[in-house]
Amino acid sequence: MKKLLSVSLLGLAIAASAAQAQEDQIRIGVDVPYEPMEYRTPDGELTGFDIDLGNALCERIGVECEWVVQGWDGIIPGLMARKYDAIMSSMTINDDRREQVLFSDPYITPPSAWFAPEGTDIDATNEESLAGMTIGVQRGTLQDNYVTDMYGDVADINRYSTADDMVLDMESERLDILFLDYPVGKSTLLDSEEGDYVVVGEMLTEPKEYFGDGFGIAFRQRDEALAEQFNEALAEVQEDGTYDEIYNRYFGGEE
Amino acid sequence: MTAFMTWLENQLAENSIFTLQTLSYYGDGLTTTVQLVFLSLVIGLIAAVPLAIGRGSKHGWIKWPIFVYTYVFRGTPLLIQLYLIYYGVVFVDGIQETWLWVILEKPFVPALIAFTLNTAAYTTEIFRGAIKSTSKGEIEAARAYGMSPRQTMRRIIIPSAFRRALPAYGNEVIFMLHASAIASVVTIMDLTGAARFVYARYYAPFEAFLFVAAIYLCLTFTILYFFRYLEKKLLAHLQPQTS
Repeated sequence: MKKLLSVSLLGLAIAASAAQAQEDQIRIGVDVPYEPMEYRTPDGELTGFDIDLGNALCERIGVECEWVVQGWDGIIPGLMARKYDAIMSSMTINDDRREQVLFSDPYITPPSAWFAPEGTDIDATNEESLAGMTIGVQRGTLQDNYVTDMYGDVADINRYSTADDMVLDMESERLDILFLDYPVGKSTLLDSEEGDYVVVGEMLTEPKEYFGDGFGIAFRQRDEALAEQFNEALAEVQEDGTYDEIYNRYFGGEE
Repeated sequence: MTAFMTWLENQLAENSIFTLQTLSYYGDGLTTTVQLVFLSLVIGLIAAVPLAIGRGSKHGWIKWPIFVYTYVFRGTPLLIQLYLIYYGVVFVDGIQETWLWVILEKPFVPALIAFTLNTAAYTTEIFRGAIKSTSKGEIEAARAYGMSPRQTMRRIIIPSAFRRALPAYGNEVIFMLHASAIASVVTIMDLTGAARFVYARYYAPFEAFLFVAAIYLCLTFTILYFFRYLEKKLLAHLQPQTS
């Protein structure tokens, strides 16, 4: 009897510690590279605005962030399959996604922009000027949805798994123009290839049905308590200046 | 036709994933996949016949280059070959200014080149095996009739080797169809590309991929049926006598 008791106590202790380990750690899914929002330093460390902000939020909540790298086109199914507990990967809040996941408050609201090589013939972004052009987008992004619906009939659309492949094809002149989040295009095209690329037309944040309400952290629908914790933490870091510090680290000297 | 379209539209009215729009993506994807696979198989087959004969040549300068070619293309993953041909070529300086760029700019031709080279390598080896396993008696009989080596090859060895290679080649065709699924990594909207698009847009992995799996099954069935028919016709002499 005594033996049975100690065995069951041991079992209980193990179960408790396992539960404890899960409590202390939050796994967050992220798709890299998407500079400067999330990318790797040359020695392989994850870094970027989302990563730093996410770590700051976890610290505030008193848990540890574990970042799980996951390709963009499978990032929401991965959340559903419990490969991680949240997504913080430049994900725009919109109605389509709200049906699938629960979003935190938006933590940044960048526009989408068109990028083309310097000296391009494209001077505006409408059906006429884009007819017959090859447009690059990342598969499954809101830019993909927008371009598919607006210009799918007149232009060729090349869809890429990663932003890297897309930039490579832009540099090799396979693409006439590409459409992506402005901070990412600025970092990968405007800053690193100085003078070779320009922004064409207007930056877009409307219509809301495509461009949504800014970037949010995504959770499973039932994890309301977790989302609430992140919202509180976000409000705190915005209050005390941590947010501004991280923001300036990646977007300093802009706007 | 219009009646069918309205009927289809009504059938799909309740369905948020499979709309006419997404079905047209699958339709275009089917066309692209069939084109890509069919063209690469035909070109690969035409190239493989002389290569297989050369592979069995007595002369080292014919035999060894072909061996190296089949070894490299059978020894590396098709995905890597596709990456090299699509993304690799852009690192050749000034390629954009040459006539080559006209064909390499769009993803279709690079993919076609990769698939053709790959299937030609496998087919060469399939044929070589079949040529090698021609029974000695047939060749000696041909000699005894006074045929030159060239005539023996054309009249005796090739026809019988082709028949013997048929079942193995049927497998290669099916493998090629399935291997073509990687074309979507270089932005080609083939069947798998269409499925990935629907998956990413509607977050519906099961619906998107099950549907495309069903299409692949139908294609495979067609190929199987075709080869079964060919085998029945061409290998009839091997069947047990029925009377």
